[in-house]
Amino acid sequence: MSFTVYVPRDASALSLGAEATASAIAAEAARRGIDVALVRNGSRGLYWLEPMVEVAAPEGRVAYGPVQADDVAALFDADFLHGGRHALALGPTEQIPYLAKQERLTFARVGIVDPRSLDDYRAHGGYRGLENALKMAPADIVAAVTDSGLRGRGGAAFPTGIKWKTCLDASADKKYIVCNADEGDSGTFADRMVMEGDPFVLIEGMTIAGLAVGATQGYIYLRCEYPHARDALNAAIAATTAAGYLGNDVLGSDKAFHLEVRMAAGAYICGEETSLLESLEGKRGQVRFKPPLPAIEGLFGKPTVINNVVTLCSVPGILDKGAAHYRDFGMGRSRGTLPFQLAGNLKRPGLVEKAFGVTLKELIEDFGGGSATGRPIKTVQLGGPLGAYIPPSRYDTPMDYEAFAAIGGMIGHGGLVAFDDSVDMAAQARYAMEFCAIESCGKCTPCRIGSTRGVEVIDRMRANVERDRNEALLRDLCQTMLHGSLCALGGMAPFPVLSALDHYPEDFARSA
Amino acid sequence: MNHAARAGSGPQDNNRWLSPENHAAVLEVTARLKDQPGALLPVLHGVQEALGYVPEGAVALIARELNLSRADVHGVVSFYHFFRTRPSGKRIVYLCRAESCQAMGAAALESHVKQRLGVDFHETTDDGLFTLEPVYCLGNCACSPAVMVDEELHGRMTPERFDAWLKAAREAS
Repeated sequence: MSFTVYVPRDASALSLGAEATASAIAAEAARRGIDVALVRNGSRGLYWLEPMVEVAAPEGRVAYGPVQADDVAALFDADFLHGGRHALALGPTEQIPYLAKQERLTFARVGIVDPRSLDDYRAHGGYRGLENALKMAPADIVAAVTDSGLRGRGGAAFPTGIKWKTCLDASADKKYIVCNADEGDSGTFADRMVMEGDPFVLIEGMTIAGLAVGATQGYIYLRCEYPHARDALNAAIAATTAAGYLGNDVLGSDKAFHLEVRMAAGAYICGEETSLLESLEGKRGQVRFKPPLPAIEGLFGKPTVINNVVTLCSVPGILDKGAAHYRDFGMGRSRGTLPFQLAGNLKRPGLVEKAFGVTLKELIEDFGGGSATGRPIKTVQLGGPLGAYIPPSRYDTPMDYEAFAAIGGMIGHGGLVAFDDSVDMAAQARYAMEFCAIESCGKCTPCRIGSTRGVEVIDRMRANVERDRNEALLRDLCQTMLHGSLCALGGMAPFPVLSALDHYPEDFARSA
Repeated sequence: MNHAARAGSGPQDNNRWLSPENHAAVLEVTARLKDQPGALLPVLHGVQEALGYVPEGAVALIARELNLSRADVHGVVSFYHFFRTRPSGKRIVYLCRAESCQAMGAAALESHVKQRLGVDFHETTDDGLFTLEPVYCLGNCACSPAVMVDEELHGRMTPERFDAWLKAAREAS
């Protein structure tokens, strides 16, 4: 009898020892003469339980975790291959509350399928969206995406269908689909997880985008900090090309779509769409003026759809299950789901895909389980290094783009970093300016110079040098950056600074 | 400047004046990659992969092969944090400094690592084994603090785990 055992190949699981666990299982099975087929899946996103091992049982998959290599022999002794009892047993995977309470649309297959197997992808509903799209007129594909209410998941939340429509309506001899996989925001890892755990869904999403707007070439601009995602994507591109899903004649449709992974080189600013295009063209990643919009004049001057990984990965499901299915999740003008990433000082960090409308409190407490250190959570930074620090009084705010804009915050890419009460908010404000100075592309003055001046002014405040006068100066500087910067880096770096100052003034030294 | 006098007078010179082997290695990369659109980043990645860094002396050669100015190439090399213009140690230790790792003790880990290796960021240990670089997010934020050594990711790093890793890495080298 053969047993199927799943051990993630997700980078974070590997960072906790998953490779050694997998080797130990293979070795122990061989030693005992048991036939075990190891599947290296993505992560389910329950990172405090990684490396999480699953066994395929007749009634569904059963989980154990966290399993280190030296736990393996005991698991065999406990007959884990038949779901045996053991201290690390977690029961049926799908019934673990953290997972059971989620609404997984975009992440439906992540952690379930073998990311190296196209057959497995197809067996779990993969490529049904593309098959539908191939029967539709381009304008109808765009209309479906518009009707779904999908908005850009990279952070800007621009309606995806409108972007696609602009590109469709532009006439040119060549158009491009560019995937922004330069996921540089601290506290975010959804792009990485889906690219490693279900790379085919991104390829399918980009192919559908190509059909929708008439683009024949796609690029995935991937950050160089993600070597595991690079390998997963390249393997998936090779498999889909060999099977006829990519190439000059996609599934016999007479339509071409080619796809290539391009590696970034460690510049945070290249997550901004126009500097990303500059970088893809082989230049310094400096921000472009808009207009022209990339959808009209983008990569190499041609109409270009540029979308985030999660946005593109949401498209196949919309084309498969229909726009209404996706739109029925969510609240207000925030439709569908968002994969929230719970990071920082939390007991149960991980990925939580939920419909918009879930509150920050539910994410931090019900899912996150409070702080890992056991101390009170003082603040949560939402939306990456340019996101505001949210105080506990605002934890009831529902996750909705407009609701957070109204309190001076932003959901961004859905990353959430919790800090306990040992954090010094003035140090965090200083870091925001320091980071902006390190990563500024240098094109506009408020960002290039303002960020460095910002560090200096905060240093003076912390040293109680003319504290109040320097606070006025800092606020004034932030206004200049907010309104005078060319892109979101300089234009949003004041968010963490001002929110720290507004909600935690006591952390900024004051003269006695 | 006397080229002959510079050649062979120290490892620094390999940076400015390409050895015949390095010259050939750069040409191999440019010949393979230069015809794709927007070839410069792939070419620089290729050169860094082949040589471990992008020597100053390679800039003019890359510029010539790609029909760009030296200023264009230099501008790109110097813009991106990932490209290095000096050789690194045998392994590169990337230590995450971003918020999620800060929330889990990255600052203390940073002082510990610097003290243990005896270097600051962008520096290489005296034995040439390790170069320490800061990084701003490795996407391992659910397992903070994170460290990546070359392409090997480590999560929930503590000073004690770092010491254990360092001991093993030193013994293995």
